[in-house]
Amino acid sequence: MNDRSLMWKNLWRKPVRTILLMITITIGFAIFASTISFSSASSNFNTLPTRMVTLSKVNFTESLPMAHYDRIRQTDGVLAATHMNWFGGYYREPQNFLAVFAIDPATYFQVYGEDLRGLPEAQRRAFFADRTAMIVPEQLARHWGWRVGQRVPLNSNIFTNRSNGRQVWDFMLAGTFPTPQGSSQTGSVLIHYDYFNETRTFGRDRIGWVPFLTRSAAENNQIAHRIDQRFANSADETSTADEKTFNESFAAQRGNLTLVISLVVGASFIAILLIVGTTMALAVRERTKELGVMKTLGFSSGRVMRMVLGESVLISLFGATFGVLIAAGMLKLMSTQFEGSGFTIGLTPIALVASIIVAIVLGLVTAAGPALGAYRMRIVDALGRR
Amino acid sequence: MTDLIRLTDVQKTYTRGKEKISIFDKLSMRIEQGDFLALMGPSGSGKTTLLNLLGGTDRPSSGSIEFDGKRIDKMSEGQLTNWRAQNVGFIFQFYNLMPILTAQQNVELPLLLTKLSPKKRRENVATALNIVGLSDRARHKPREMSGGQQQRVAIARAIVTDPKLLLCDEPTGDLDRTTADEILGTLQLLNRDLGKTIIMVTHDAAAAKFAKRVLHLDKGHFNEQELAA
Repeated sequence: MNDRSLMWKNLWRKPVRTILLMITITIGFAIFASTISFSSASSNFNTLPTRMVTLSKVNFTESLPMAHYDRIRQTDGVLAATHMNWFGGYYREPQNFLAVFAIDPATYFQVYGEDLRGLPEAQRRAFFADRTAMIVPEQLARHWGWRVGQRVPLNSNIFTNRSNGRQVWDFMLAGTFPTPQGSSQTGSVLIHYDYFNETRTFGRDRIGWVPFLTRSAAENNQIAHRIDQRFANSADETSTADEKTFNESFAAQRGNLTLVISLVVGASFIAILLIVGTTMALAVRERTKELGVMKTLGFSSGRVMRMVLGESVLISLFGATFGVLIAAGMLKLMSTQFEGSGFTIGLTPIALVASIIVAIVLGLVTAAGPALGAYRMRIVDALGRR
Repeated sequence: MTDLIRLTDVQKTYTRGKEKISIFDKLSMRIEQGDFLALMGPSGSGKTTLLNLLGGTDRPSSGSIEFDGKRIDKMSEGQLTNWRAQNVGFIFQFYNLMPILTAQQNVELPLLLTKLSPKKRRENVATALNIVGLSDRARHKPREMSGGQQQRVAIARAIVTDPKLLLCDEPTGDLDRTTADEILGTLQLLNRDLGKTIIMVTHDAAAAKFAKRVLHLDKGHFNEQELAA
């Protein structure tokens, strides 16, 4: 027997209470670990410090006039610019989400060429030559069984195709490109803007946002200011930021997911804190006499306090372990929803480390009061011996 | 015989609300090594307070308490804790065993404070349980034992570190006569054969007869009565 085994035995003094407490903590950490993993997966793309993005000041769903693109391109300090438009794509069924972007191939390859180097030259030429062509990540083509040269119908949940009156366009798969971990082109299906623009029923000659390369990252702030100033007080005011900020805001604007999740996680953690804290206080109060006996036998106040803290940390760590395991399962399940889109979701090392740290902190914070009480407890009071 | 404990002019006062209650006023006493002392007296006479002071679980308001020539009233909290672990065994009226631990583990508890190896600890526990005649109940939890057996486990826990002093607070107060006599017989044996100094608080005159001498405490003063030859 040692202090650890004593803590373990104390933990199971009331098994039902311990199990219920562990379930509470498990649920909290399942939400916590999956949230962290999910949010880091959504914004975990490589970025270039000299790559910036201009979009509508309102939000990224608000389009900009094509004229903006021309003026941004000519701004001092901008080396190359392109434009992109969200297509809102899916394949066959709405749940088969695809990140389809309508682009201008020539300029797009200037701005994102680094991440498209894996596209074979012949396929690149084929893509440039055919306005109905598209290129997709290898993983995506493999998942759906698409072969180069094949015609693939893609649906949009936003736009309608003027030529057929339906929300579907036919694209010829011109090529595939590799998307290593963190590639900015992960999951991107690239189609011709011209083809898309001419056939859509609304929003013609408008673009979603304008990515561009700057001369130097040191000039980013000045260039951003210059661009946004140029469109200030116009009908289409802009907001320019570096790519990293853009990616984060892109992720955040998906229904303000981060905020909502943070609130849910925060609320659940406060609830857990209160539950665990109250239960620990109750558990220590029930054992006042036993703790008094331990002190009488010669256990120091510090050692008794450490044991109370240890019990709390132990239960918190166990709860967190189960929670993280459940989160891993949940994320695996979620990742099946994104199958084929190229996005990978799984438990991240950050989520794992954060869960361990938070579990230890949670254990210490919830037991701090009872542990301090145990530390200060006088033997004569604990044993009621006066 | 040498003095194991010496109290000189000990005062103990408590403050309850605005009232100051004096338990002892200039109490002095000496207890020799190997003594078996029964402390009797009416409720509120200060028996338990005296036991707390002797066991280092409470401090005097003034005066000195020496144990084996060392002033325990001057010790820091940490020193006092270590001193208790090494020198004093406690036996309570309601046994105060850990319900989650077996008899063996309860007895082992004070040994966690020593540097003994697990093997040596097990040996010492076996010896202590053997002395109190409970070797066959080593793996039983307190709720699986009678009151007398639980008190024997508590005695084994008190002697397992081989302390010089055993402090017993109404050790038979919760037991029937026969069981009480068995427990008192065990204490007598520990005093006679192992030389333990025992101070026992009791209300029971029959229990006090097992001691070598009886001190009656009343209003903070002693009246002594020699019992054993």
